[in-house]
Amino acid sequence: MRIKLEPRVAASKWMSYGSPAIAAVLTIFFGAILFASLGRDPVQGLYIFFIEPLTGLYELGELGLKATPLAIIAIGLAVGFRANVWNIGAEGQLVMGAICGGGVALAFHGQGGWWVLPLMIIAGAAGGMAWGAIPALLRTRFNANEILVSLMLTYAAVQILGWLVHGPWINPEGQNFPETRTFEEWALLPELIEGTRLNVSAIFALVVVFAGWIFMTRSFAGFKVNVVGQALDAAKYAGFSQNKVVWVSFLIGGGAAGLAGLIEVTGPIDQLNATFAPGYGFAAIIVAFLGRLHPVGILFASLLMALTFLGGESLQINMNMPKAVTGVFQGMLLFFVLATDVLIRYRIRVVSRTPAATGEAG
Amino acid sequence: MSEAEIINLIVLTFKSAVPLIFAALGELVVEKSGVLNLGVEGMMLIGAVAGFIGAVTTGSIFVGMLMAMAAAVLVSLIFAVLTLSLLANQVATGLALTIFGIGLSAFIGKPFLGNTIEGLQPWAIPLLSDIPILGPLLFNHDPMLYLAVAAFFGVSWFLYRSRGGLILRSIGESHEAAHALGYPVIRIRYLAVMFGAAMGGLGGAYLSLVLTPQWQEDMTAQRGWIALALVVFATWRPSRVMIGAWLFGALTIVNFYAQSQGVSFSSHLLATLPYFATIIVLVLISWDAAKIRLHAPAALGKPFHASD
Amino acid sequence: MKTGRITKWALGLALAGAVALTAGMAQAQLKIAFVYVTHVGDAGWTYQHHLGRMAMEKALGNKIKVTTVGPVKEGADAERVIRKLAASGNKLIFTTSFGFMNPTLKVAKRYKKVTFVHVSGYKRSKNVSTVFARLYEGRYLTGMVAGMMTKSNVLGYIGAFPIPEVIRGINAFTLGARAVNPKVQVRVIWVSSWFNPGKERQASETLIAQGADVITHHTDSTAAVQAAQARKKFAIGYHSDMSKYGKTAHLTAATHIWGSYYTKVAKAVLAGGWKAGDTWGGLKDGMVALAPFGPSVPAKVQAMVKKRQAEIRAGTFHPFQGPVKDQSGKVVVPAGKTMADGPMLGMKYYVEGVVGKLPKK
Repeated sequence: MRIKLEPRVAASKWMSYGSPAIAAVLTIFFGAILFASLGRDPVQGLYIFFIEPLTGLYELGELGLKATPLAIIAIGLAVGFRANVWNIGAEGQLVMGAICGGGVALAFHGQGGWWVLPLMIIAGAAGGMAWGAIPALLRTRFNANEILVSLMLTYAAVQILGWLVHGPWINPEGQNFPETRTFEEWALLPELIEGTRLNVSAIFALVVVFAGWIFMTRSFAGFKVNVVGQALDAAKYAGFSQNKVVWVSFLIGGGAAGLAGLIEVTGPIDQLNATFAPGYGFAAIIVAFLGRLHPVGILFASLLMALTFLGGESLQINMNMPKAVTGVFQGMLLFFVLATDVLIRYRIRVVSRTPAATGEAG
Repeated sequence: MSEAEIINLIVLTFKSAVPLIFAALGELVVEKSGVLNLGVEGMMLIGAVAGFIGAVTTGSIFVGMLMAMAAAVLVSLIFAVLTLSLLANQVATGLALTIFGIGLSAFIGKPFLGNTIEGLQPWAIPLLSDIPILGPLLFNHDPMLYLAVAAFFGVSWFLYRSRGGLILRSIGESHEAAHALGYPVIRIRYLAVMFGAAMGGLGGAYLSLVLTPQWQEDMTAQRGWIALALVVFATWRPSRVMIGAWLFGALTIVNFYAQSQGVSFSSHLLATLPYFATIIVLVLISWDAAKIRLHAPAALGKPFHASD
Repeated sequence: MKTGRITKWALGLALAGAVALTAGMAQAQLKIAFVYVTHVGDAGWTYQHHLGRMAMEKALGNKIKVTTVGPVKEGADAERVIRKLAASGNKLIFTTSFGFMNPTLKVAKRYKKVTFVHVSGYKRSKNVSTVFARLYEGRYLTGMVAGMMTKSNVLGYIGAFPIPEVIRGINAFTLGARAVNPKVQVRVIWVSSWFNPGKERQASETLIAQGADVITHHTDSTAAVQAAQARKKFAIGYHSDMSKYGKTAHLTAATHIWGSYYTKVAKAVLAGGWKAGDTWGGLKDGMVALAPFGPSVPAKVQAMVKKRQAEIRAGTFHPFQGPVKDQSGKVVVPAGKTMADGPMLGMKYYVEGVVGKLPKK
């Protein structure tokens, strides 16, 4: 007897909605085991992790504040992931977006107006795009692996940020501490809900989700991306350029990450400093998969992911548990999503062992 | 610079290279079998924490090393089951393994923060270590460093001189063809992933048991990613992994040496050098598509499902 | 009806009384919170704050109730954590890392009745104080120890980032060392990180490879002390007494002591008399101290250092007491003068005796 995967004739519609739910249930189940094994009350632990961060207007605002950049980046990345273009350097593109957008705010310090913020937004997205263009160029011109190039550029971007805030952009009135001036009023994103930190960027996120949905499901360019990802030979036959898809993926992914970086520094932080980089660029990769690379799925996944961050913090404050629980939960969630994904394309069958199949572990 | 100074700096370079050698040789075998595991950083951290806990609780560095390997193999099995048995995407699963490994190691390592152990002491090889210059340079190191060199010879022999290596490489080139010949594709890939994890675990353990020696959250500081870059940098050849690891190790040491000699740099811009250097090398070796295909496993990252 | 109303009244009164009573009790016990940037661990920056917190608890007993949260990332998350602590009834909040400065001020604006103390920053408001230690006084003394203990006349110094705080420490250490041994040179390596044990270890070994026989560090791990122990050299700890990590290597350490300051603030808040301001305290204020001398430090050296320590405490000696020359030989503090706080806070040059130039920005 052994377990065997049998391909389905068509992908299971039911499972494509059901699998994330199964994954969530499994995560909660193993989460409960984790709490119990630490001698903590699992019900209380799960409550504090998943529910407590949602009790109150301010908390909900924080959830939106965290979900916003995650959703924006994940939508951008999903375009590339659908085409098997692996941009895992969104964190670097985020940092570059923050540098370029924040740079505009600093350049017009003391002489700004209403036009500064739109300019910052454009510069932020452009900065992320430019940083994303490097792996795209190296991949299309020199065949260099985009996973490694985009990743290396992430660490380079963080160092460049460090150099700027320790050196040329240091706050002249800041007693030489490594940070820039704080941005002026007109360089800050307006608050959306009084009493919370949620700002208008939440609306950007919804727009990006909608635009992503149009692009991926309704546009010809989006169709090409999907074909290149799913059937490269067919794409070649149809004359779709793989290089173009690489470029489109990185420009969209980089632009989205850059925008998210700008949102982070003009929203809750309002200056550039060496430690602002929030790790959203990496977390968004999980969000993209959690949302099964679909815009609506990503919207929900970004909220769930934001909740794991807040939940970990909540455990830290209320139960004095290490915040690293967040990473454990995020990893489990993604493992289960990836594991249950197989149910969409395959059926699980228990078959009796045949001599021909010996040696296969799968 | 005196002779002793030069010897000291070279020995330091050797030591900095050890974690990279372990992790990159392990990943090389994994990739040669056609699997891309991006979870090296996570496995190294698991190895670092498990090795340290093992050494602290039993007082034996050797037990620590075994625990580092065992723990890394255990978490790598999550990756293996997902990607090999359940055909999940390797890139996403590898990243998940890294995130999980960072979180889990921080979590289980918390009670051991601030503990200390007596690090591994150098083993001077009798007679050989007395040779002038060469003695201190080559024959007076800690056992794990010797083990890393032995691992290089072992991996080279296995890949290019043994039947198992031939099968592994053929699976990495074309799993369909290998399957048709009756080779157990999935089973061998499982073994490769586990070997890679054990090596990654050792690489992490070198940091917590020898180099520092202590446990700290995130103490690998991106060495897992550098190891991944190193495999490509080395065009999937063990000998070039060694050279690359020494070069990367030397970069840090030369930077520190220059600073303490009074050469002034922006420390931030200097810190970008390894990353840009990797990119440049990557471009140089990838430029000629035919050349990279000579070494890169053709089936790298592609899932295999036996349709019996 | 009537009895009903009376019952209601009585109930109301009882409730009001109960509320007042609990409010009174809550007021009697001051809720205090600490926000840490790293784990407490066994040594280092946060560990010292942890010791300070313990000292405060010991002094004030059940008059206070302390909550600690950490590690908290410097960034957008810090503001939420601080705000949650303020919202949940903490009346005195210590935020113990530079990166918490702006978040602390933002939360303080909203919670005007809560007293905030930010460690190591420079922005203040009506309810935000700042505090930091004159660690350079300790650095000067440890420099003296190093200067007398070195045989190679090469001292190694591992720095995180070239900001004035770190440069001030390097300079004070160098001045102290050269005051007792004019032949001393100090070599500096920047590791570009506050905390990276692997790199700190490599930097230590690089310094040792170049002949440094006493090393010290302005980073957060114990790696430098452990390196010195393994290579049979000497080390001087920072933040904490790190003798546990270098039984024979550890000569002493320049340490932060927060307990008396924290206790003072908590007492004042309890009494309702705390006024926000800045505190920059040193040896005299009990905020900086040397860790006990290691077994290899001769009594003669200990006596010399203790004498100087007493002079600094008494205010008759200042580490940056003229003449102080920078590397180019230019006199930055003329003889008979001492450096004012302003120039110390903005220090951007090495003094004579440090090898090499400051990294260009």
